[in-house]
Amino acid sequence: MSKQLRVNPILCDAHGVCAELLPELIRLDPWGYPLLAPGTVPPDLEPIARRTVRSCPKLALVLERAGQEQQGNPGSVPK
Amino acid sequence: MTIEMEVPPAETGPARLPRLLPPVPVRGLRAHDERYGPVRLCGEALIAEVERSGLTGRGGAAFPAGRKLRSVADRAGRRGAVLIANGMESEPLSAKDASLLARAPHLVLDGIALAAEAVGADQAYLCVHRPGQAEELSAAAAERAGRDAVTIALLPDRYVASEASALVNYLNGGPAVPLFTPPRPFERGVRGRPTLVSNVETLANVALISRHGAGWFRSAGAPDAPGSALVTVTGAVRRPGVHEIALGTPLRDVLALAGVSGTSDAQAVLAGGYFGSWLPGRIALGVPASAPGLRAAGASFGAGILMVLPPAGCGLAETARVIRYLAGQSAGQCGPCLHGLPEIATAMERLAFGGGPGRAVRALTELCALVEGRGACHLPGGVARLAASALRVFSDDVRHHQRGPCAGARGRAAFWVPPAGPGERA
Repeated sequence: MSKQLRVNPILCDAHGVCAELLPELIRLDPWGYPLLAPGTVPPDLEPIARRTVRSCPKLALVLERAGQEQQGNPGSVPK
Repeated sequence: MTIEMEVPPAETGPARLPRLLPPVPVRGLRAHDERYGPVRLCGEALIAEVERSGLTGRGGAAFPAGRKLRSVADRAGRRGAVLIANGMESEPLSAKDASLLARAPHLVLDGIALAAEAVGADQAYLCVHRPGQAEELSAAAAERAGRDAVTIALLPDRYVASEASALVNYLNGGPAVPLFTPPRPFERGVRGRPTLVSNVETLANVALISRHGAGWFRSAGAPDAPGSALVTVTGAVRRPGVHEIALGTPLRDVLALAGVSGTSDAQAVLAGGYFGSWLPGRIALGVPASAPGLRAAGASFGAGILMVLPPAGCGLAETARVIRYLAGQSAGQCGPCLHGLPEIATAMERLAFGGGPGRAVRALTELCALVEGRGACHLPGGVARLAASALRVFSDDVRHHQRGPCAGARGRAAFWVPPAGPGERA
């Protein structure tokens, strides 16, 4: 089952630990918040991705089954 | 608006518009019962009928209403579900939900009761942000004691408070700001229960479909966008206001209701409100007013807002004012939104009012790409889309602004924009 990374942008406080630990998949924007490489996590990077998730001081990074956030109803926009 | 359509059997429902918006307010419950008659379909049969009707959400996302009802009903289980009727109308330009709630409150309350029963919700809320509105609706709800029950909830007035997860957050005792999703409200919402969040106009349509059926519903509108919808026409028009239109009506005819006679009156149209996109006047007038029609033209129907830019107005200047307002409406929860939106607003202002755009266009494009999809809600993406559409539609103005702001940008604002202060509006 392939996995993907996702940031909870509400929790994230731009500590930048994730980009230090996993530069292959995460870089920082001009304000210090993580930008994730699109797509799934290559299997050989999964162990380090798991450790990166555990190392986030705000617990803002999640590793989940790929495609999970596309499910369901998109009907929630401010209007 | 009166549009000729295939006439269904007279006894199945009104053959012409208006359906939702009676010309004279129908406030009392007795007057309502006399005008609309008893509801007919309910429960599972109603969900199936709404699915057949092709009704889509009128809050902005145009998601199929039947599928949404079904997804909550399927999850309700023994714990039961919760229903939230969204009457927040946070788009400052929109007045259609307020008009509907003022003119046909019991039609919305019928829809709430029917949808709640159909999805297995034992609790229903109607969320609004105007104190006067809450009072009127509480009085209307009190008239229905013994028939059904709904709690009128008065929420803070801020742009992102109307987002579905923000309503759930508030009703769970938190602030009215968006949550990190998934889980989405239909999976886990108020008190952890599956929660149907539905716009009040959508629910009023459910109440009519219960009475008259899917065939009647589809007898107005277009095959790919059945039914009627409420639109707010505003901006540089002689008669701004709310109208009920058959979906798919050309924008030209919709704008004519507000006194717009052609491209000589409309340089451009902001379709979908602040959360929408600009269309050049000459293209906009031929576009069908519907979610698929406007999507194909590169804009959106959203909550049915059409704002007209006058011939002498500066689209860049108007966009800059709107984006500064939206930047102030960020809940400040997500870094890219908190930092990115003010920078986008500044770049847009440099483009509109500065001594020449210089690198502003490139900076804007980069900033928009940077914030898109990086918030808990869609506010950053909405701002990026609005800015991108302004650069596209007003590309000639961008070039002219190389020599400094145009007369339109130096003159008075063509549109009222709420003060840009952070957080709640007065």
